[in-house]
Order: sequence, then structure tokens, then C-alpha cells
Amino acid sequence: MQFFVNLGRDTLNWLRGVGGASIMLFQALVGKPQPLKMFPLVMRQLYVVGVQSMLIILISGLFIGMVLGLQGYTILVDFGAEQALGPMVALSLLRELGPVVTALLFAGRAGSALTAEIGLMRATEQLSSLEMMAVDPLRRVVAPRFWAGFISMPLLAFMFSAVGIYGGYFVGVQWLGVDEGAFWSVMQSSVDWQHDVMNGFIKSVVFAVVVTWIALYKGYTAAPTSPGISAATTQTVVYSSLAVLGLDFVLTALMFG
Amino acid sequence: MNSRKIELMVGVFMAVAIAALVFLAMQVANNTDATRGATYTLSAKFDNIGGLKVRSPVKVGGVVIGRVSRIYLDAEYLEPVVEMRISVDYNRLPETSSVSILTSGLLGEQYVGLEPGFVDDFVEMLQDGDYIVNTNSALVLENLIGQFLFSQGND
Amino acid sequence: MDNLVECHDVYFSRGDTPIYEGVSLHVPRGKVTAIMGPSGCGKTTLLRLIGGQLRANRGQVLFAGQDIGKLNRSALFETRKRMSMLFQSGALFSDLTVFENVAFPLREHTTLPENIIQTVVKMKLESVGLRGAGQLFPQELSGGMARRAALARSIALDPELIMYDEPFAGQDPISMGMLVSLIKSLNETLGLTSIVVSHDIHEVMSIADQVCIMANKTIVAQGSPEELRAHESPLVQQFLSGASDGPVPFHYKASTYHDDLLGVSR
Repeated sequence: MQFFVNLGRDTLNWLRGVGGASIMLFQALVGKPQPLKMFPLVMRQLYVVGVQSMLIILISGLFIGMVLGLQGYTILVDFGAEQALGPMVALSLLRELGPVVTALLFAGRAGSALTAEIGLMRATEQLSSLEMMAVDPLRRVVAPRFWAGFISMPLLAFMFSAVGIYGGYFVGVQWLGVDEGAFWSVMQSSVDWQHDVMNGFIKSVVFAVVVTWIALYKGYTAAPTSPGISAATTQTVVYSSLAVLGLDFVLTALMFG
Repeated sequence: MNSRKIELMVGVFMAVAIAALVFLAMQVANNTDATRGATYTLSAKFDNIGGLKVRSPVKVGGVVIGRVSRIYLDAEYLEPVVEMRISVDYNRLPETSSVSILTSGLLGEQYVGLEPGFVDDFVEMLQDGDYIVNTNSALVLENLIGQFLFSQGND
Repeated sequence: MDNLVECHDVYFSRGDTPIYEGVSLHVPRGKVTAIMGPSGCGKTTLLRLIGGQLRANRGQVLFAGQDIGKLNRSALFETRKRMSMLFQSGALFSDLTVFENVAFPLREHTTLPENIIQTVVKMKLESVGLRGAGQLFPQELSGGMARRAALARSIALDPELIMYDEPFAGQDPISMGMLVSLIKSLNETLGLTSIVVSHDIHEVMSIADQVCIMANKTIVAQGSPEELRAHESPLVQQFLSGASDGPVPFHYKASTYHDDLLGVSR
């Protein structure tokens, strides 16, 4: 009996959260567009969300690509199929690791920062103060951050894949001696722009929306206390990671299944 | 943080993103795909298509001229039909051509191999929507082994 | 008398906890009205009701004759341009300089050219004595300076009503004195209507034209400082004299001390 009560309560709470988050996003994004006011705000957030995440994305991409090159080589060389290293590295990065790992790193790097920042703005009454100044905090604070996340994450995913492929090339060709021509040409013949690059791009757009949305909602509804903000920040990372991994399965099944 | 520095850094960010995209487009993804641009459709009926899949290449002498766009079962005769999109660059394939389902290497992917036929005054070129009549099905390993054993038993 | 804000029989509860049960008060135009009461009696909530950030369950909150609780979002935002609120923490935007903080409402709500905005901001900063601190960031300011900067921001658009939420809390005597005289002089020179929520009795009594004392979810006394000093209610007297025990008990509601210690109360 108690189990059903708990399940029901959790379901209702979850639905309430999703509803609240939808209303928040709707109010933030729908309305008269004000590009002149919005542009500098989005620019600033692009800096905070995108530029400041760039280094970690580039470095992680390079290392993951290098590991893929190394691991792929040791497996493929047993079958005499080391020319397949190029497509293996490129396809795993473009289809999966690029979008997914970027989203996970983004959640940890930028998502948690967004949550903490907005939570602190709530705690220090900055959001209330905006409201009292007749400025809608949803449009002023939430919307530019959403657009910045939406724009920057797919770009970061591209950077991740590109650097990762270079890392795989570096290890495979420069270090382990796979033939350079074969590496690129086999890669080119099996990587399709539409099927692989664009599907990866669609994935990262979906992840961008989900991660940024969760981060903003968690920050906006954080309890204005130190434990409240720390809990909200943790929840942002946990929920967005789970959402990204779950959605990745669904999207992969739809795209490549 | 003044806005000029922010603009500069966002500019750098965008430039890196565009560079990554160009790299992916030029170096990684395949741009010279024969099925990019205008195509026309040819179909062929097989007894057995083996492991052929949608998007498998169609090759003439190793050169990719198109890709498999659809595989379905003919409603009346229950024969597998393979529909291929061929680049219009290769629109002079004679109707005497034959197609086979081949495997690249011992463990490689399967593809459609097209063998252009002879041309004389009575032979027309294949048009959009035409069927290629001469087909060789995929070799199925189990059948081969079965045939081999059968022929052994006859001795 | 001309009242800028009127509350009629307001009921409000947070969750299942009632905060107000029948609050009625009026704020005369051009005067300083102080709202005092023990901590936790919902003084800040009253300001949020007037500002339309919260809505009453029952009763009316009128600002310049408009029922705040019934306005739609855009009308509410229009009305809010005529009022402003000084938050307890100051609530300056931490990513903007003091100057930009004060300029913020001007940039948001007006299309004034840059040189006029510069002039207006300098004037506002001068009136709180912080013209020299324009390029500092909020985290570089002391508590008193932050509150004065926030005050400059709240008067940037020349509102009709300004609400001070605990302006004196946690201030040293000097900055407290500065704030007291600022509130008084702004009220006189700009013709503002002020609502001051506080429990610093002496400071408030010295500047208020009218004082409301809240307790037990309603207004227990309302009148000029002199009238309140002569008020017969023991609760008002306890509050004004600061006695630790009285109608507002020192002890939080609990079982008998003796029983509790002996563990027999359960």
C-alpha cells in the first residue's frame, strides 16, 4: 500500500516538475523577440557557457580520440583490419562519443555553474529585485542562458569530434604506423555527412536543450539556502547525465536502429 | 570583463567551431558520394540478397556509382526487389547489363556489382524506373556447403 | 486622506500555515509608514503582496486604486515601474558595476541617450554619496555602501512608492544613521511615499509619520509614533520597550519543561 502511495507521490511530483519546467521555458522563450536587447546578453553567456567550456572539451576530445586509436588498433590488428581504424574512430566519435561526452562534460562544467549562479541570484534576491523593477527574470536571465547553451553545445560537440579524430590519427598513423592514405580514405568512404555527421549534430542539439533546460530549471527553483543550492547543483549534473544517456539510447535506436 | 574581450573570445570560439566543421566536412565525411546530387532509380529482382542492406554501394568495376535505396519483397512473386539510386553521371548503362550481389573481401560488406553489357543498335539504355533483368544472387555459404556435400555424395 | 496603498482584510497563507488573517492598513501618500513587528510575523510578505510577487488568498491590496491581485502580467509590470523595493541584501547584480546597476532600470525602461543616462546615474549616486564608487563591483562594497547603492538604483526611475525591507538590519551605527537620514531626506525632497519594514524601534520611530505594528497574523496597532507610545495594548508596549517576555512569549510553544526533562511527556 505504502509503495503505491510513494510511487503515486513521486509520479505527481515528477509531473509537477516537468510541467513547471515547461512553463518556465515557454514563458522565457515565447513572446515579442527583442534582438537588440537579447544579443549582448546572449553574447555574454556564450562567453561564460561556450568559451569557458572549450578548453576542457578540446583536451578531453583529444585524449578520447587517442585512446580510441590505441584500443581500436590493438583489436583490429589481430584481424589484419587496421585500415578500419579510421572509420572506427570517426564513427564512434561522430555518432556517439562526440555528442554524449560533450553533453556530460557540459553538464558538469557549464550546467552546474548555471544552476549555482541562478540559485544564488534567487538567494540574494536578485531575481526578486528584477521582478520588482518590472523586468521579467525569465526573459532577462533564463532566456539568454538557454540560447547560449543551445548554440554552444552542438559547436562544442563538433570541436570534440574533430579534435578526437585528429587524436586517433595521431596515435594510429603517426605512432602505430597505420597507412595514412588508408586511414583517411577508408574513413571518408564510410562516414556519410547526412547519416553520421548530421545525426550526431541532431543528437547534440537535443542534449543541449535538455541539459541547459534542466540546469536552468534547477537553478530557478533552488531553495535559496546553501544546502538548497548545493542540492540543486548536484541534481543538475545527475539528472542531465541520466537524461543524456537515456535519450542517447532512444535517439540511437531511432537513427541507426 | 569588458565587452570587447568577450566579443573577441566568442569570435575565437566561433572560428574554432567553424574550423572543426570544415575539417569534418572536407577530411572526414565523404563528399564525393555518387548518390549526392541528381540520381535515377533502377531496380533488380534477386532470388536471395544475402546480407545486402539499404545504403550498400552499387559498384561498376570497383567504382561506386550509386547506393541501394530500398529493399522489399515483390508482392506477387515474393521475390526480393532491390531498388538502387544511380548517379545521373552514369546514365548510359545498357539494358543488357547484369547485377550480382558480391562481398568485398572474405569478411567485408556486401555490395551490388554491376557488369555493363554489350551495346549494339538494338540495345537501349536503362531509364529511370527500369528493371535490370540479368541478376546473380548472393552466395549463401550454407547453400554452398550443402551443394559441396551433395556433390561429394554423388561420387 | 489620500492613500497610495490600501490593504483591505487580507488573508494569506503559505502552504498550510496562515500568515495573515484579516490585515487592513493604509499608507498615506508622501509619508513614511513604518511596519514593525516581531521577526517572522510576515512583514516582508506584506511588501511582496504590495509588489504583486505574491497574491492574497482573500481581500484586496490596492496600489493607487488598482487591485494588485487582479492585474495581469503586463499591467502588473507597468504598475511596478511606479514602485521600487530595497531588498534586505541590496540585491545588486553581482556581474555589473555599481554604476551599471544604477543605470540598469534606465536602460531597461527608457530609451534615453547614453549621455543623459550617465548624468542621471551620477545624480542618483551623488544623492546617496557614492558617486566615487561607480566603478566598483558590488562584492567590493561594505554592507552599508551596498545598501546605499541599491537605494540609488531603486530611485533611478523616480518611483512613487519605495519599500524598504529591513534597511537597518546588520548595520553599524554610522551607516544606520546615514540610511535613516537618507530615507527621510529622499522622502522629503523627491516627494516619495515610503514603507519601511523594520524592528529597529528608535530609528524607525524617529522618521516615521505613521507606524503599524503587526503581530498574531494581523495589525494590532496603527497610528503616529506618539499615539503608539500611549497605546494601552500590552503587546504594543512589550514591543516598544523590548521586554523579553510578555504577550509575545519568550519560549517557543512546548510541553512542560519539567515533564520534558524527565521524559514523561510522551
